[in-house]
Amino acid sequence: MHIVACIKQVPDPSQARIDRETGLVIREGVDKIINPYDLHALEEALRIKETKGGKVTVLSMGPASAEQVLRDAIAMGADQVILLSDRQFAGADTLATSYTLARAVARLEDVNLVICGKQAVDGDTAQVGPGMAAKLDIPHITQVRKLRELTEDKLVAEKLTDRGYEVVEVPLPAVITVVKELNEPRIPGLRGMMRAKKAEIPVWGPEDIEAEADRIGLKGSPTQVWRTFEPERHRKGEMLEGTPSEQAAALWQRLRSL
Amino acid sequence: MDYFLTEEQQMIKDLAARIADERVKPVAAELDEKEEFPWELMKVLGEADLFAVWVPEEYGGLGGGVLEQALVVEELSRACSGVAVSYAASALGSFPIILFGTEEQKQRYLPDIASGKRLAAFALTEANAGSDVSGIATTATLDGDEYVLNGTKQWITNGGEADIYTVIAVTDKTKGPRGYSAFIVEKGTPGLSFGKKEKKLGIRASATREVIFENCRIPKENLLGREGQGFVITMKTFDRTRPGVGAQAVGIAQGALDEAVKYARERVQFGQPISSFQGIQFMLADMATQVEAARALVYSVARWIDSGAKDVSQAAAMAKLFASDVCMKVTVDAVQILGGYGYMREYPVEKMMRDAKITQIYEGTNQIQRSIIALDLIKKAARKNK
Repeated sequence: MHIVACIKQVPDPSQARIDRETGLVIREGVDKIINPYDLHALEEALRIKETKGGKVTVLSMGPASAEQVLRDAIAMGADQVILLSDRQFAGADTLATSYTLARAVARLEDVNLVICGKQAVDGDTAQVGPGMAAKLDIPHITQVRKLRELTEDKLVAEKLTDRGYEVVEVPLPAVITVVKELNEPRIPGLRGMMRAKKAEIPVWGPEDIEAEADRIGLKGSPTQVWRTFEPERHRKGEMLEGTPSEQAAALWQRLRSL
Repeated sequence: MDYFLTEEQQMIKDLAARIADERVKPVAAELDEKEEFPWELMKVLGEADLFAVWVPEEYGGLGGGVLEQALVVEELSRACSGVAVSYAASALGSFPIILFGTEEQKQRYLPDIASGKRLAAFALTEANAGSDVSGIATTATLDGDEYVLNGTKQWITNGGEADIYTVIAVTDKTKGPRGYSAFIVEKGTPGLSFGKKEKKLGIRASATREVIFENCRIPKENLLGREGQGFVITMKTFDRTRPGVGAQAVGIAQGALDEAVKYARERVQFGQPISSFQGIQFMLADMATQVEAARALVYSVARWIDSGAKDVSQAAAMAKLFASDVCMKVTVDAVQILGGYGYMREYPVEKMMRDAKITQIYEGTNQIQRSIIALDLIKKAARKNK
């Protein structure tokens, strides 16, 4: 079985700050990590390989520095990694990203399953997984919390919903996006880390995936960010005075007038 | 402080630190409370290749030595030294094989130890043989192609959990310690059984049990080295593992210091954080200085041993002695800084104080370490003056 995991390098959300002047996320001096949800995607891909055999390919699109997350993936046990990196890919919105990743998957042989994190913690759109499935014209399940049954041509999975979960069956190949409940990502071993340090990371550009120039990067991105800003915090407390019943009456009045 | 670790050593330390923080710390209090052997964590350490660090590359290891093992033990001890000692005991049980094993013995046992698939243990202590090893009563008698072992070992770390036991037994009663020999005994051998699990003050996640031999027959090939080498094997092994106990002590002390600093900054009394009081500051300063000095000694000794130096017993004893005394003092002070909270089990420092005590006792009490150090001094001086 050939499983593809898609991972993204993101700024560590615990250190994230926004530049008030420009409205952009400050990336300098912030540690970069694998998007936390993607770790679960990669872990599941590795577990499938371990129980059913096959191989795991990991894709990431990003600047040259994103090579590091692919090294981390090798350390964890990925068999093959590919970095999609080119100036023409830059500035991609979710549409262009979905297209680019889908083109890359299409270049790989006999892919049975593509696994993504449910969303990236920097953009929080949750669109790229389903977007890829649309471009590849294959089914998808989002918010997967458990794989119930997996064969060469069929997947039955539990999909997390607001009220509980749904059991969904899809023919393969398919794309799934996963939530944190799915598994606990492994800590890589020393041998894996040493292997990762020495590994060559292949880089693919637009021509390697035969991408149409106006569908990638900024050119292929109809979404324009108009403004980014930190929400203003309104935390003006007001104390209600008087006896408990007077306070209750005052509160009632205030609520009614909202 | 930068100890100029190699890239690989730094990688080992960072990985152990990550496992300590992410996997060990969250369960340390629970493991202590339930006195449960941390098999799940042993599996994590195995998958991380950390049992491989002290094993030679030819036998499935990563080819490190005492320092690499010490780095892991230190980091794990920061989070839970019960977990750390369960790990370290596998090194203690396997060093005799690394140092004295035949090619066949090494091929047979070391790869599984390096992968973490099987844990090792070292069985020396008996009811009447602790600091004074001349009291060993367990016997091994050659009978055809087999040795027959009889006797009871006491307080064996990893007892019952380990698969591979290095056992010291008497092969010739007339020769005292020169009549001791070392053997490899595998769990599952008929005649090998385990006594009750001991209830301990600290390192409660670790398993400490009696290991009992009743007409336990093992193949003649399981003798380590030659007959009569048991005492030498024990001493050479301790030379390599005592810095590890020192590392355990450094780790516990560092954990206690970290907690004390954190608490001192948060705790407000008389309208200010207690870290602003010089009385607390001076305590923290002394603790930090002692921990750093202990670490520097442990690393230096470990490096020196790994360089292939001979006659390292005194230095190994110093590392263990100094670091464990520092550990006891620092953990007591940490409890003092946390005050009433420090005494409560909701905070981790009381456990560290309980865990600290054993580092002054096992692998030779600190009194025995002082004897080793002093006798070495006197012996060398006497040689010089001849």
